[in-house]
Formats: sequence, C-alpha cells, structure tokens
Amino acid sequence: MAKRPISNVTLSNRKWALGYTIAGALLFLIYQFLLPWNGLPDGIYRGVYQWMPPAAVNESLVYVIMALGLNIVVGYAGLLDLGYVAFWAIGGYCAGWFMSEFFYFLNIHFFGSVGLDRPGIHINFWMVLIIGGFVCALFGVLIGAPTLRLKSDYLALVTLGFGEIIPQVFFNGENFFGFNISNGTKGIVIVDPIPVGVKNLGPFDFGWKLLIFILLAAVMVFISLRLRRGRLGRAWLAIREDELAASMMGVPLMRTKLASYAVGAFAGGLGGVAFATHVNGVYAERFNFAISIFLLAMVVLGGMGNVWGVILGAFVLSWVNGTGLVAFGKTFNSQFGTNIDFASFTFLLFGLVLILMMLFRREGFLPESRLKLVLNEDELDTASEAKKAKK
Amino acid sequence: MTNVLEAKDVSVAFGGLLAVNSVDFNIPEQSVVSLIGPNGAGKTTFFNVLTGLYKPSAGSIQFNGRDITDLPPHKIASIGIARTFQNIRLFGLMTAQENLLVAMHSHLKSGITSTILRTPKQRREELAAEAKAQEILDFVGIGKWTHEFARNLSYGDQRRLEVARALALDPKILLLDEPTAGMNPQESQVFVDFVRRLVKERDLSVMLIEHDMKVVMSVSERITVLDQGEKIAEGSPEQIKNNPRVVEAYLGKAKS
Repeated sequence: MAKRPISNVTLSNRKWALGYTIAGALLFLIYQFLLPWNGLPDGIYRGVYQWMPPAAVNESLVYVIMALGLNIVVGYAGLLDLGYVAFWAIGGYCAGWFMSEFFYFLNIHFFGSVGLDRPGIHINFWMVLIIGGFVCALFGVLIGAPTLRLKSDYLALVTLGFGEIIPQVFFNGENFFGFNISNGTKGIVIVDPIPVGVKNLGPFDFGWKLLIFILLAAVMVFISLRLRRGRLGRAWLAIREDELAASMMGVPLMRTKLASYAVGAFAGGLGGVAFATHVNGVYAERFNFAISIFLLAMVVLGGMGNVWGVILGAFVLSWVNGTGLVAFGKTFNSQFGTNIDFASFTFLLFGLVLILMMLFRREGFLPESRLKLVLNEDELDTASEAKKAKK
Repeated sequence: MTNVLEAKDVSVAFGGLLAVNSVDFNIPEQSVVSLIGPNGAGKTTFFNVLTGLYKPSAGSIQFNGRDITDLPPHKIASIGIARTFQNIRLFGLMTAQENLLVAMHSHLKSGITSTILRTPKQRREELAAEAKAQEILDFVGIGKWTHEFARNLSYGDQRRLEVARALALDPKILLLDEPTAGMNPQESQVFVDFVRRLVKERDLSVMLIEHDMKVVMSVSERITVLDQGEKIAEGSPEQIKNNPRVVEAYLGKAKS
C-alpha cells in the first residue's frame, strides 16, 4: 500500500501537539511539585499565587475543554450556537447526580470513591465522565433535532433560548413535576473525589486535577483533529462553505449537523463533569448566559476552526477574566497608590479587544489556514491592485 | 433504448406562478439531451425539481424505475443524479481533492468512532477514495491541482472541478447548468468533445441547459424547448432548428 505523504497541516499539528505536551507537563510539574516545595523562595510562591493560582489554572482548562467542544459546532460546522452553557450545566448535574449523596434515598455504588455505607449514587468518576459526555450528546441531538432546521441568525436565537431554558430548569429544579432534580439555588454540594488508583483526589489536589484536565483537553484535541480529517469533518466544512451545494453532493444536512452538535455537546459534558469536581459542587447560578458568549469569544478570538488557537484563546481569556485583571489591578494600585477597581473593567476590556481584533486580526490569534485566506482577501486584492497600478 | 429517468406531467408552482407546467421529460441511457428556452422559461427550475431541491406540485419522477419524487436532495444525489451549478458553487476553502471527497460522502462508510480510532478499514477506505478522486481529476484534466484550494483555480478549471465533483458521486445522470457560460468558441469546442467522452467512458447520460446554440446543436441527441414553463417542442437538432414555434419563442412572432 502506498504511503501517504505527510501534509503540512499534519506537520504543524505535530509541532503544536508537542508544544502542548511540554506546556502541560511544565504546568503539572510546577503545581504538583514546585509549589509545595519547602525550599521555594517566598517571593516566587506568592507571585505564582497572585498571578496564576492553581484554582484559576484548573478553571482555565475547564474552559479550554468547553471551548474545544464549541469549536466543533461553530468553527467546523459553522453553526452559531449561543446556548452552549446548557451542555455545561447538564454535564455538571450528571456529576452532581451520579457522584454525590444528592439522591440520599438510594444507595448505588459502582467503583465509587467513597465508602459503601454512604447513601446516594456513587459511580466512578471516569465512568461519570463518559456518562456525562453521552447524556450531553443525547441532549445535543434532542435540542438540535428541532432547531437545526433553522438557518444562521434564527438558529442562533433558538440556541440562545435553550441556553436560557436549561439552566433555568435546574435553577428552579427543586420541584420539577414533583421531583427534586437539582436542589435549586442551594445546589448540589460535595461531589465525590476523583479516584486515580492509588488515592482519591480531594478538593485541594490541584496538581493532579490539572493533569487530568490537561489530558481531557488533549482527548478533545485528538478527537477534533481526527474527525476533521475524516469523512465527517469534510462534510462539516462543506456545510460551512455552502449548505446547498453540500446537500446536492449527497451530504445529509440534518444528520451531519446533528453529529456536530452531538460531538460538541460531548465535550460540554466532559467540561461540565470536570468543572463539578473542580468546584466540588454544582450550582445553578454559575451557568449563566454570559458563559455562552464568553466561550464563543474564546473560539472566535483564538481562531475559529483551529484547535490550538481555541486552546490559547480559552486559556488567555479565562485567565484574564479570572485572575489576570485582578492581579494586575492589585499590582498597579500598590505601585502607584491609586485605588482603581480594575476587575470592573472586564467588559470594557473585552469589548475593546473584540473591536481591535475585528479591525486588525479578524481571523483570530491563531487562525485556521483556510480562513486566513478568505478573511484577508479584500486586503490582498487591494494590495495586488495597488501593485498593478504602480506598474 | 431504455430511459434512466422519466418525468411525467411535472408541474411546479410558486404561489400563483406556474414555473413549470405539466412537462414530460425522459432521459435515455447513455445519451446527451438538452433543455433550451428563453430566459425565465423554467429550465433551472426543472433542474431543481429533478435534483429534489424543489418538490413538484404535480407529477412524478422515476429514476431507474424507482419513484424519487419525494426523496430529499442528498438521497437523490447519492443514488445517481449529479449536477453542476449555473454560477459555480464549489467549496472554495477546500482543496480540489476534498471537494471530490465530499461528493463521495454517501459512498463512504466510516463513522465517528472508526474515524477517531483510524481503523485499518477506515484508512483503506480513505486511500481508495483519494485514489479515485485523483483518477477523476486526471480525467477532467486538472490532476495537477489536487491540493490546491478550489477558490484559487482559474475560472475554466473551477468549471472542470465542478464536473469532477459531480462525477465523484458516480452518477448515472449528469445535469450541467450552462456549462459553457463564459467560455470562448475554442473552449466550447473542447467542452463538446469532453461531453462526448464523458458519455462514452463513464457510462452516463448528460442533460444540458445551454444557451450556446452551436454547442447544443452539435452535442445533443435530443433537444427539448421550454417557454414560459411549457414544453413547446422536442426532437432532434434538425427538427428543432426548423420548428416555427421555437423560432417564435426566441425571436417573436413574424408580422403577418
């Protein structure tokens, strides 16, 4: 069998994958071994805690996982989804239901990480990850089936609706047709620790959890890249390019779009379960509309359709939003004796960044090579025309 | 000669407007048939009915003895009716090869899991598909552009790529919507030869919508003329040339 020559895309992906592995390993080593080290100078220790506290890094990685999922829907298939937070919520509640004492009247254990005498459902974290992923994928199909018949703006509006409805259902879920499905505003507190063979990871094992989140994001990258090159990824791209032509070339639109929703939602489920173990609980008010927009901004600013850009976008944006701005404000205020509340400028900053990006770099930090081509075309055209004129 | 496609009594109404009015149309095996008529006669609408984009308000369409009137477009495409578009509609940001592979979508089988795991079967399938894509690209004469983005190809090559993409569906019928638009006489002549080669070598029938009468007359075995949604004439190029109703539709009535 003839061997296929390695394409440039594959080569660049390999480079990035190597970079991702090194960066991930470094982060893990820093947070697992360097920070707890007694010989670490106090200044470095405090610097890290101010600028990149472990909890914030972990949360950023949850955003990375989610953004990678949204990238499949928005970046690959070109379907604008403004309600992606719904999958985050569903994934989160999967963790809440299957890994806590929430269903206190039951006593179901399945390789769980707590004692058999504890009430509730306690299923192994790794299985809950998969369950959460598939439950979300199922909901992706259920939500997608009626909505995906709509196009562009209309689709966006309906997804926005679902993004509001599902968190609201959980928010008011204390009495869902007579059942308590979410504990309402009180939330589901304390989910089981993550079992990793030798031990269970408690709420403060940031380093190991970070490693797990890095691995989950890597799994999503792997899935994204593999699917992208295959039959389904091509069909997604074709739909993004020209829906009508795609259907005329034998691509079933509904099925293909539903597949993108399902795979995207699967990542949402992973992220939701991861987030629940990260904050050690599930709280309905955390799943608000702003997160959907925030995730979308990560995908767009990072570089739609390019997983590496999306990872960068998600990490940077969630870091700025979570700690970067606050830490900068603290330093700035103590340096200049001012008293400016920098955290309140978050939206101003994001607005500014979005405008600047749209003006100077529409394709995002690290764009997909194809998109770069089309988004810069006007300028290329004018440039070549100017050249001609000179001649 | 048997017919691959038989459209009976097909009508299409947009609100009160009858765009196509009870048209009968057959496509025999391995033949070249043309559909002509003045602008707005309903030619492209009729095309769109055959490919499932519009549903006829009356009438039925049979393909190889199977009723396809109510099938969705992607099914119709996958069972063997492929088309090109009047204004080129390639997937511009995909390479020539990818354009063809998209068209093979319905013939490939690998699913989500086998793609993620990249099973040997999936890899074999992909390689075979790529080889077939290359064969088709060579056939239409743009074999050197395999990995070029479709939008970067020249106009003529984009037209070829559209035909290649349609061929990747393994069609029994190829519908070409004004394929020579924007071509000069030499290019049109090359195209006529190409159509003949298509029919002979790839075992299919071609249906043309065309305005270039030279092309139509030299390549078609049968010509159908539509005017204001109605079939006003059908026959060999000779018969059509001398049909007074056709002349009238194109040039207007002679003063008496």
